[in-house]
Amino acid sequence: MLRAFGLIGRYFILMGKVFSRPEKASIYRRRIIFEMDSLGVNSIGLTAIISIFIGAVIALQMSINLDSPFIPKSLIGYATRETMILEFSSAVVALILAGKVGSSIASEIGTMRITEQIDALEIMGVNSASYLILPKIIAAMIFFPFLTILSTLIGILGGWLIAAATGIMIPADYVDGLLMDFRPYSITYTLIKTVFFAYIITSISAFFGYNARGNSLEVGAASTRAVVVSCVVILLFDLILTQVLLI
Amino acid sequence: MIRAEHIVKSFDGRVVLDDISVEFETGKTNLIIGRSGSGKTVLLKTLVGLHEPDSGDVWYDDVNFSRLGFRERKSIRKDIGMIFQGGALLDSSTVEENVKLPLDLFTRQSEREKLERVNFCLRRVRLENANHLYPAELSGGMIKRVAIARAIVMNPRYLFCDEPNSGLDPQTSIVIDTLIHEITHEYGMTTIINTHDMNSVMEIGEKIVYIHQGRKWWEGTKAEILHADNRELNDFVFASAMAKRARKVAE
Repeated sequence: MLRAFGLIGRYFILMGKVFSRPEKASIYRRRIIFEMDSLGVNSIGLTAIISIFIGAVIALQMSINLDSPFIPKSLIGYATRETMILEFSSAVVALILAGKVGSSIASEIGTMRITEQIDALEIMGVNSASYLILPKIIAAMIFFPFLTILSTLIGILGGWLIAAATGIMIPADYVDGLLMDFRPYSITYTLIKTVFFAYIITSISAFFGYNARGNSLEVGAASTRAVVVSCVVILLFDLILTQVLLI
Repeated sequence: MIRAEHIVKSFDGRVVLDDISVEFETGKTNLIIGRSGSGKTVLLKTLVGLHEPDSGDVWYDDVNFSRLGFRERKSIRKDIGMIFQGGALLDSSTVEENVKLPLDLFTRQSEREKLERVNFCLRRVRLENANHLYPAELSGGMIKRVAIARAIVMNPRYLFCDEPNSGLDPQTSIVIDTLIHEITHEYGMTTIINTHDMNSVMEIGEKIVYIHQGRKWWEGTKAEILHADNRELNDFVFASAMAKRARKVAE
């Protein structure tokens, strides 16, 4: 328990360093763009593939479970849309990105730590925590909401494709369902969640990488810890944010 | 001049540096020598502020570095260049970007001025036409040269080198040693080199400090080291065939 408190304390101390005044804004702008490409653009493919299949699976499962003449088929489109917007495109995509982006951040920064690249920055007088971590956090918080929107659109498209391909329902019914009882606040809610999750993934992964010590085995262990802790914190905040924003 | 006063440093209760006081002279190549695990690297990292001493002070000329906060240390850090054992170049940046980074962060020079300075430093370490290569594409000797170029790009007053020729062949080691020695005299820097290589001691050592089991065991010049009346030091020094030959020649 004490160790957990110690870890949390060290995390906040590191975040204090990360959010202290940046060295030079122009350098940070360049690094943010680089990180958007590295963390965000490079995740589009994975997000798209997972979303299209999950959208199709949700539509299929709904059609099996709502197999009653008293339930309109358009509910399949409605359920697919709601599932994608409310939970899948933010929380589940965040969990997947915690694996991909989180492990990449932890191992990159961890390797920099054990090969003394971070020490080299410190010697130059650079605030290494801010220089390395802040651009990643900002890039993810800006770019991940686009991934969420993309995931929602592609997931809904996946549902439509499976409806059209298998004949489980008329695609027009699916579209009717998509338009049924739409609340724009759901989008706001999922985007707020995504911004939180982006911060959680990047900051926690960077924390474990930054504190890696020893050799490559330690970097691997730090990367694993980063993913596990990020996932747990994402789920915890998913619950808290849903309580705060929806109920 | 850099002065360490009564430095004590321990990790998890194990004392690694035990009351070390030493002065490193300006314009000279100062060498810290000792066996592996003797505390050389910890001493070097304590001098540059990467480790905080448990007690004792580090002085840069008349400024007590140990008593300064992160922001106050920044002005001194801009006068420090350091060459790490593995080079510590940023893997995701090219040679040019690595050398240019301190200029990008701490100067208001135009891009042209910065590139001129970078190219000057790369020429100085005899590494031309490598601007756009990444660290993974460089040999060990080239990595060390880029590290030297990055260390001198801001015209530092203090240069620290942690085993600069570890992992290099003897010829390249001499090239790197000579380069550091030349640069020290050219810029009048206070240079401190951590090494266990007796070739370096005999080639470029001007002031030598011997560390053993975390304590300062001996200090003097390379001429004195061959005749030192210190068993531990003699065991270390004359384990090298070159030092044995040097003593014979001296005799």
